[in-house]
Amino acid sequence: MTRWLGRHFGKGWLLLVYAFLYAPLLFMIVFSFNSTRQDAVFTGFSLRWYEALLADTKIVNGFFVSLKVALTTGVLSAVLGTFAAFVLVRYRRFWGRTVFSGMVNAPLVMPEVIIGLSLLLLMVGAQNVFGWPQRGMLTIVLGHTLMGMAYAMVVVQSRLLEMDRRIEEAAMDLGARPHQVFFLVTLPNIAPAVLAAFLLSFTLSFDDVVISEFLSGPGVNTLPQVIFGYARRGINPTIYAAATILIAVVTVVIVSYALWVARNTRRREREIAAATRA
Amino acid sequence: MAEPSRAPAERENYLVTEKLVKRFDEALAVDEVSLSVRKGEIFALLGSSGCGKSTLLRMLAGFETPTSGRILLGGQDVAGLPPYERPVNMMFQSYALFPHLDIWENVAFGLKREGLPKAEIDKRVSDMLALVQLSAYARRKPHQLSGGQQQRVALARSLAKRPKLLLLDEPLGALDKKLREQTQFELVNIIEQVGVTCVMVTHDQEEAMTMASRIAVMSKGRVLQIGTPQEMYEFPANRFVADFIGSVNLFDGTLSIDEPDHCAVSTPLGVIHVGHGTTGTVGMPISVAVRPEKIEIAKTRPEGVPCNLFQGRVKEIAYFGSYNSYIVVTPQGQKVKITEANTSRHDLSDITWEDEVWFWWSDTAGVVLRD
Amino acid sequence: MSHPPTPERAAPLPMPGRRFVIAVPFGWLTVFFALPFLILLYISFVDMGDGIDPFQPLWDAETGVLRLKYENYWSIFKAQWDGPLFQTLYVEAYARSLLYAAITATLCLVIGYPFAYFIARSAPAVRPALLLLVMLPFWTSFLLRVYAWKGILADAGILNRALMALGVIDEPLHLLYTNVSMLVGMTYVYLPFMVLPLYANLVKMDWRLLEAAYDLGATPWKAFWLVTVPLSKAGIIAGFMLVFIPSVGEFVIPSLLGGPENLMIGRVVWDEMFTANNWPRAAALAVVMIALIVVPLAIYYRYSGERAAH
Repeated sequence: MTRWLGRHFGKGWLLLVYAFLYAPLLFMIVFSFNSTRQDAVFTGFSLRWYEALLADTKIVNGFFVSLKVALTTGVLSAVLGTFAAFVLVRYRRFWGRTVFSGMVNAPLVMPEVIIGLSLLLLMVGAQNVFGWPQRGMLTIVLGHTLMGMAYAMVVVQSRLLEMDRRIEEAAMDLGARPHQVFFLVTLPNIAPAVLAAFLLSFTLSFDDVVISEFLSGPGVNTLPQVIFGYARRGINPTIYAAATILIAVVTVVIVSYALWVARNTRRREREIAAATRA
Repeated sequence: MAEPSRAPAERENYLVTEKLVKRFDEALAVDEVSLSVRKGEIFALLGSSGCGKSTLLRMLAGFETPTSGRILLGGQDVAGLPPYERPVNMMFQSYALFPHLDIWENVAFGLKREGLPKAEIDKRVSDMLALVQLSAYARRKPHQLSGGQQQRVALARSLAKRPKLLLLDEPLGALDKKLREQTQFELVNIIEQVGVTCVMVTHDQEEAMTMASRIAVMSKGRVLQIGTPQEMYEFPANRFVADFIGSVNLFDGTLSIDEPDHCAVSTPLGVIHVGHGTTGTVGMPISVAVRPEKIEIAKTRPEGVPCNLFQGRVKEIAYFGSYNSYIVVTPQGQKVKITEANTSRHDLSDITWEDEVWFWWSDTAGVVLRD
Repeated sequence: MSHPPTPERAAPLPMPGRRFVIAVPFGWLTVFFALPFLILLYISFVDMGDGIDPFQPLWDAETGVLRLKYENYWSIFKAQWDGPLFQTLYVEAYARSLLYAAITATLCLVIGYPFAYFIARSAPAVRPALLLLVMLPFWTSFLLRVYAWKGILADAGILNRALMALGVIDEPLHLLYTNVSMLVGMTYVYLPFMVLPLYANLVKMDWRLLEAAYDLGATPWKAFWLVTVPLSKAGIIAGFMLVFIPSVGEFVIPSLLGGPENLMIGRVVWDEMFTANNWPRAAALAVVMIALIVVPLAIYYRYSGERAAH
């Protein structure tokens, strides 16, 4: 009996935890099609909440604000994160390295309230001294980028460490100056990681509430801010509809990406095997 | 083995290092190395890991800045130049081909950095690929080629820019034994066909002996001896070199006769006569080095052997196909390695384990070493 | 990897542009990370504003004397100057936050460790799919997922309905807006943050060490505690801190799922900022929060990233 338990404990635990992780998602998907506002009883199939979603101007506006912010954040974070990763991996010794490393990694762990508050004070201070920036999309982007940069750096750093440094040396040996080495050799080889960094920062920015609340200005609301406002007031199945759409999009993107990567890896392995046999 | 005539002594010195030093924090990796490499020759830096040969090579390529010393290439001091400004190209041990580019682009990479016109680049790339016999694979990516093919691409890429100096980092290290033999000669042929001056680094003495016209043996950052393969083998300058290249028997003793054209050394084995003179004083500690193939072995006492005749008991025998190898132990406890070529098909000697045997060598077979 | 490592003693080339490459991220971080903290410290010592400016300047423009408002700090710990120490609602909030953060991290560890372990031990072909399944919820909005728990745990929500329908309970359990719902939400959201570092650590482990332990007579249970757990120590500590530290200042989940008795320090800072408009007090509270997490931060740095990279 104990051996059966022991062998199946693992699978059982995995299943339980996955159920725990996915229960809220499934709940929202199911009840987004509910015909009434009821939360515990499925009264009938209806698309009314999806219609309400598209008609809700606040949500639609918030979506576009979030999209713009997230795209900008994604690009900025990917670029800055790549810089930071490059610095930490390639330059073993420079003045202030420990401080730099600490600052880059901190946003991963720090409570967002602290980051939001201190950034807000910075913005207000800058506004007093320079008259700029006004709180709005720009300030939100700056705040999100601080977070995104940290995550982007982790992703790119991992890939940089794996990469064969000799190809950079070979490039220099063949006459490429350092900036040419980066754009012609390094970047193409870390491109997948940079893309992943972009996607990660995009997602985090699109999802952020606290920093957006601290740094947004009048009339500028990101989608999470809108949803947060609704959430504090009560249950609204329109939100479930939004969630279902999001889940569908994310699932399609992630699964197709994973399949594409798997297919490429298998093709590559076949080619290498064929070459060694030849 | 590269013919000595390929790099006659009259040819000028093309690459000269002057007291090159490289220090990493406390460790001295390269200790005042001064070398001269002649134009068009293949020069090998030979030594075990940690001896400084790789650091020296990297300084020639420009990946390390010398702590002090000069590097003169064709008369020009290149020590301060970054790698992308030197007329030097390197073939890396792991080939370091650009995985995101196809073979054609890999070879063309260096030419494009020079800003050559497209027609010129196309011509040179196809010439290079033809030289290494990979024209058909031009559009493939590196991972679609075998190890040997990748190496040829790396070679083509490093020769495309017609460098003044070609550097090879353990060129045969990544290949298996069969492939190695074949590749050795191919590499040398291509390099000589192109006519480029070449410095290679290796820990494999066979590789150095076959490919290079001259060898420098390095240890602990210093060069111990420079010479042709034949010179290194027959006339090692010290114990380290003698032991490093091929196998050798070392007999330690004291100098008993010291004449201009011959000398003798008293060893626990007996007196060993050597047919050349040495600078030294009678009574000083000294060694005699004798290669195993130069010692003869027999079960019965041979007639007419003037000197260097000793006895021992066979402790180990190994059959290598083309030759036999014996380990004979003398009554004084000295182990002597003797090899004998199989020159005829029937049983070579009826020598077997525990046999009492006689062994001897001529007075010109041994070399006296002082340290 | 099929390439030889770069020689360890290879000195970096003094390359042009190195200064620029370092300066860009360093500069950004100095402006947007270091500078704000300095400002935070500064603000924590000033007085509240008079309606137009959120705060008054630190020194008197006429007399040039520094006007430090220490009250921003001591009022956190004492209600009145001569009152008892540590009996303010702020101190309660700090203590509660630390406690709940610790409970959340522990729950994540208890649930997440076996989870990460079994994924690490499963067949290599299955692992990418399993990891993908863990990451998928992470990539969907965390706000929405927390929102879902509101619906699930409500008095009239699906959990209560199900339990009543099954006859397990007669009256709905009051779960929402309690510490239970809050902890469920926190554990739910932070679970991947525990699982991933643990998994990264466990997947690199040499399982032959376990086999050696079995060979020497240890039962699987004992081998687990004597071999596996100590070897994954770095992953455990890193994961624990990765959950604990942000949880201390967590704001969204307590707002949505917590009740008035579960006031966490994140909420307090928010209220001081946006409700009471007392920016200096909020800053002081934030500085104290930072002081509280400095030690866990140091521990996290030590056990994660470059220094602990095996």
